[in-house]
Formats: sequence, C-alpha cells, structure tokens
Amino acid sequence: MKHPFTMNRFQSFLLLTCLFALGLGISFSQSLPAVQLKNLEGETISTGDLASEGQPTLICFWATWCSPCKRELNNYAELYEDWQDETGVNIVAVSIDDQRSIRRVAPYVNSVLWDYDVLLDPNKDFARAMQVVNVPHTFLVNGGGEIVWQHNNYADGDEEEVYEELLKLVE
Amino acid sequence: MKRIALLSIVAWGLSGTAWGQFGESETGTVTGNVQMLWQSYSEDPAIGAIVPPEKTGFNAFGNLIYNQGGFSAGLRYESYLSAVLGFPGRFKGSGVGYRFARYADNAGKVDFTVGNFYEQFGSGIVLRAYEERALGIDNALDGVRLILRPVDGIEVKALYGRQRLDFDSRLINGPGTVRAIDGTVDLNYLLAEQGGTDWKTKVTLGASFVSKFQAGGTISKDSLLLTLPENVGAWSYRLDALRGGWSAGIEYAGKINDPNADNGYIYRNGEALLLNLGYTQRGLGISLSAKTVDNMSFRSDRDVLLFDLPINYIPAITQQHTYNLAATLYPYATVISGESSASAEIFYTIPKGTKLGGKYGTKISANFAAANDLDTTNLAGVEGLVNGYERNSWGFGPTKFVRDFNVQVSRKESKKFKWKYTYYNFQFNTLATPVTTTYKGIVYADIHVLETQIKTRKRESLRTEFQALFTEQDKGDWATVVAEYTWSPHWFASIIDQYNFGNPDESARVHYLYAAVGRIDGPHRLSIGYGKRREGIFCIGGVCRAVPASNGFEVNFSSSF
Repeated sequence: MKHPFTMNRFQSFLLLTCLFALGLGISFSQSLPAVQLKNLEGETISTGDLASEGQPTLICFWATWCSPCKRELNNYAELYEDWQDETGVNIVAVSIDDQRSIRRVAPYVNSVLWDYDVLLDPNKDFARAMQVVNVPHTFLVNGGGEIVWQHNNYADGDEEEVYEELLKLVE
Repeated sequence: MKRIALLSIVAWGLSGTAWGQFGESETGTVTGNVQMLWQSYSEDPAIGAIVPPEKTGFNAFGNLIYNQGGFSAGLRYESYLSAVLGFPGRFKGSGVGYRFARYADNAGKVDFTVGNFYEQFGSGIVLRAYEERALGIDNALDGVRLILRPVDGIEVKALYGRQRLDFDSRLINGPGTVRAIDGTVDLNYLLAEQGGTDWKTKVTLGASFVSKFQAGGTISKDSLLLTLPENVGAWSYRLDALRGGWSAGIEYAGKINDPNADNGYIYRNGEALLLNLGYTQRGLGISLSAKTVDNMSFRSDRDVLLFDLPINYIPAITQQHTYNLAATLYPYATVISGESSASAEIFYTIPKGTKLGGKYGTKISANFAAANDLDTTNLAGVEGLVNGYERNSWGFGPTKFVRDFNVQVSRKESKKFKWKYTYYNFQFNTLATPVTTTYKGIVYADIHVLETQIKTRKRESLRTEFQALFTEQDKGDWATVVAEYTWSPHWFASIIDQYNFGNPDESARVHYLYAAVGRIDGPHRLSIGYGKRREGIFCIGGVCRAVPASNGFEVNFSSSF
C-alpha cells in the first residue's frame, strides 16, 4: 500500500514550513537544545542550561569505545586548569555510551582524573538534537548559549585551535 | 490519519510562530546535517569481494530540524541508490524515512511527540527504539508519545506506535503495535522538601509495562494445534542507588508467553535479572555486573529475526573493542534465546611522579567477561513441544559461549611520545555467535597490540598500531599494521594492512590493504579511501553487523549546521 499523494504533500508542506519560517526571519545558527540528562552524581541536568552562567562551555560528545574521543579529553585534561584560569571555560563531556558500556563511564572518568561535568546520553537524544553524526564532535558555546565553533574529529594538536577559539571569546 | 495529525501540529507550530505564542523573544532556528557514503566495487576472487549489478553503492541522509521555543519539527530524507554493501539490501529508493513534530514546555512538565521518535525505558530490557545509522539499524517508533513530569522527581512516559522495519522510497513499518508506559521516581527530588536533594544517597526507582499486538492465528506442532497469543506483555522493575563512590543497580524483567522465531515458537515465559555494582574514587574505578536473560527476545513481529523489529535491547556482556583484530574477527553478540553472564573491570592510574607512574602517570585497566548458556533441563513430550525447557537456577549452564580477558597499560613518556599496550585472551564459541563459516567450536586466541604516538612537529603527529592475533583454530594467525598521520586541525592520511599470515590454506594468506585521506573543516568532514576490506563484523556502540568483503573506492562526507 503506497500513499504517494499524502507523502508528497507532507514533504512539500515541510518545505513550505521552512520557507515560511525563513520569511519570518529565523536564523540558522545553533543554540543549545533542552534535553534532560543525568550526570554521574545522579542529578538531572537540562542541557539548555549548560552555558547559563555566562561562561564559555566546551561540549564534547564521546564514548568509552571511541579512542580518538578519549585522546581528545585526556589531552584537554592536562590543559584544563590553565584554560579555566584564563578563560573560565567549563568542559562538559557527554557520553553516548549505551547500556552495553554505560556502567564503565564513571569508573573510567574517575580513574583518568577528568574534572569535567559528565552527562549520560544513552539513547542519543541530545546528540540527535545537536546534529551529531559521529563522535568525537566538539562544540564551543559562548556565554549567551550560542554555538560559535565546532569540530567533528580529533587529532593531536586540535587543542591549540580550541585554545585560540576560547581566547576569542574572552577578548 | 497520523499524517493529518502531524500536519496539524506543524501548522499549529507555525501559527505559534506567527502569533508569538511561544514568546516574542524566541526566534526559530533550523539545524541539520547531511551524510553521504559512496562505494565502488571491483571483483576480487582472492578475498571473495562481491560486485553488485550497479557496480556502486550510495547511501545518503539529510536531517532537518526546525526549533522555536518548545516546538520542534523535523524530518530525515534518505537515499539508497543502491544501498552500500553491508546495509540491509532491501533498503531502496529515496524519500522521507523519519518525521516528527514535538512540543515541550519550558518547565519540562509536558512533552509530546507525534510521528517518529526514539525512546528507552530503564536499561532498555523491555523497550528501546534507537538508531545506529552507520549499520542501517533503526527501529524508530511511529506514533504518539507523551512525557509528563507533574512534580519534581516523577516522570511518566506513555506511547503508542509501530516500528520501522524497512525503507522503499518511504518508511515501512512492521505489522505489530507497541503500547508502553514507564514511570520513574527520583526519590531525592520527590522528597526535596524533606531535604532529599541533600541526602548522600541518591535513589531512583522505575517500572515499565510494554505490550505488543499482532494478529494471531495458529501453529501446529506434531499433533498439536496451538493458538498464537495476539497481545504479549512485558514488564520490568528497577532500582538504582548512588552513595559516595558507590553505585548499585538491579533490574528484573518478565514477559508472558510469546512464541516466536527466536525461541522456536515455545510458550515459555521470559525472565531477566540484571545486577550492577560499581565503586570509584580519584584514580580508581571498579565495575561488576551479572546478567541472566532467559527467552526475552521481544519483537513487534513474531516471525522476524536478527536486526528486524526488536522492541527491547539486550547488549553483550563483553567490552566493545576498538582495535581492528580484537573488534572485527571475534566480536561477541548476546545469544538472544538466553544466556547467563558476568563481567568485572578495573581502571587505575598509577600516580604521576612515582617510579611506576612516571612523569604523567600510567593508566592501567583490566576487564574480564564470561557468558554461558542457561542452566536448564529440556522438557519431554507435549510439555517439551509447548514450553521447551525449564530453568534450574539463575546461574551458568555447561556450555561456554565466551571468555574475554584483556589488560591495557598506557603511558605518556614525554610531550612528544606516548604508547599503549593491550593484551587480549579470547575463548569464543563460534556455534553460539556464528561469526565464521570455517570453524565450528571454541576459538582460543591471544592478541597483542602496541600503539605508539609521536608528535613530529607542532600540530602534526604520527600514530601507529602493531597488532598480532595468534590462534590454532579457524583462519589461523593475523597481523595488522596501522599508520596514521594528522595535520591538525584539517588533514589526515592513514593506511591499514590486515594480513592473514597464518591461514592454514596458503592461498588465503592475503593482505587487506586500505588507504584513506581526509579533510576536516569544523563540522564538515570528507574522506576518500581505496583498498580491500575483509568480510567481517563491523560494530558501533553496542551493535554489530556482518559486512561482506569488498575492493574499491569509498567516499564519505558528513556535515552539520
């Protein structure tokens, strides 16, 4: 049973929706969507509030099974104190580990001495809302909650670019 | 009807835009992403590479989400022209495979979705709708979901829907209807007035009930004519607690009789028990878990298998490995009919400044996982035909499914050099998890991996992996060498050679050589690769899919905005 008519109508309707919205002056810049996630302390955090204190926030999507993600966050960990002193940045590491590996997140994070806020996104609700296709994917959010920079990969040395972008925010 | 409802919601959202219903200050935003994967195929009899009639495969996805205040609506356009090898081959054509409209109020008290959505109750043991796009796995629900948080600490989710089964220029849902409700009580938030949020112990309780409907009929077994149940219910109860560095979790699930293709159409009830215990402090983490899952395959079509229409999610007990040989040759998957399993893991960092810790600290981890069949007794006669078996205990049965031990040491020696060594010992039952056709029984394998990373210049580094797998069984010994050079933040080049040097069949001792280059520009990523890929198992997160051998070009592009 095919429904070509309704499907086409639906597609064109959504296209119209977007065009109409454009006409109303919508923007294509990303801001932080509000998704309710748990942190490692068992508290519920709304992701819309992550940058609410006006500080720059670096949101890093990662998983315990993702080697480049762990390299990225381990490298940032060595620089984090200096970055915080200079720019006030807060790093939020969002784990997309699902039920297979979610119990490994807290032991791993504590054992490697990360001082980040760690959020659990086991069914990728926040990742989907942030248009994350694969990990690592890192977003820099300014104090107003707008995404000002992002990078979908990690190679050693990328922290220098992150640092430059952070400095731009506090200049 | 559903589409009309969806249109109404979109229209309502738009009217909100026009009339400022969501507040004058809220401007709408559009976000999206695209993903494209193109492969060309050449014939290569040495590795058994297949060339489809189209000679190329092309998958593409485009997501668009419109947000304004609490309102969002979006769709995913998909193309399979034709689907790349390893994806479900029946996916074809182009069209909309996912669309939704959602409203959530600012306080988070009311949240409803019409159209497609993903969802997970508790650990997912009775319900998980999710997506692993790179594997073609998607069991999104299509219907209506309501989430209510009437007071702090209480969340109720209710949903009705059908599940995504297929794609043929449009979304095709399976035949069964899924109806589900889940409640979570966060005691600390609920009892905030009594000081609950300041308690050192955090307690969360939850319960779920999921029911599926599929038109019934009868099946015959020998002389018996049995009626198939049309409504099948499953439920679970869970408790999670945290205190200081300790964490503990328990979940029990049950399911009434559900004769299906996974269990050989027996009428036995399903049951599962999941236990977790963790302890962590700075520099140390320990995690223990045990799990018995008996006849808990739960699908919205009783006659399908493998990745089609699962309502629940039962992940494997073993760690998801990342190095090529450990990840792709013998990856364990849960035996869906039933298994008992346990795992233990420890992470430790030897402090920096000590003799063993070195200048930066030395990271050590060890992981052990084991799974066996269930401890059961087969039933005889009519009882056996109808109910199959009975379980004697929650413990291990006599048949070994997997043993997976691994230990890893990683250390940074200087600003310019770091290394990581990993040893794996596998005992892998290829009858339980049929990942190979050349050996039936237990494969005993030892794997050694040495990874090094040298910072060659500012923003440039060379990473290498030397891997070797030794086994007397199956295809014998393997070696893999990986070299990857990165120019941060934009470029990378990599080469991987996987070599089956110990295959008892000398003609099968082939090299699988693959090279790739890529450029990353913020959220945009392009990579181009060429070479041979082994037939094997490709895993992401907790799931794996068999991918056939191939030889040719591959171009990948992804971007988000």
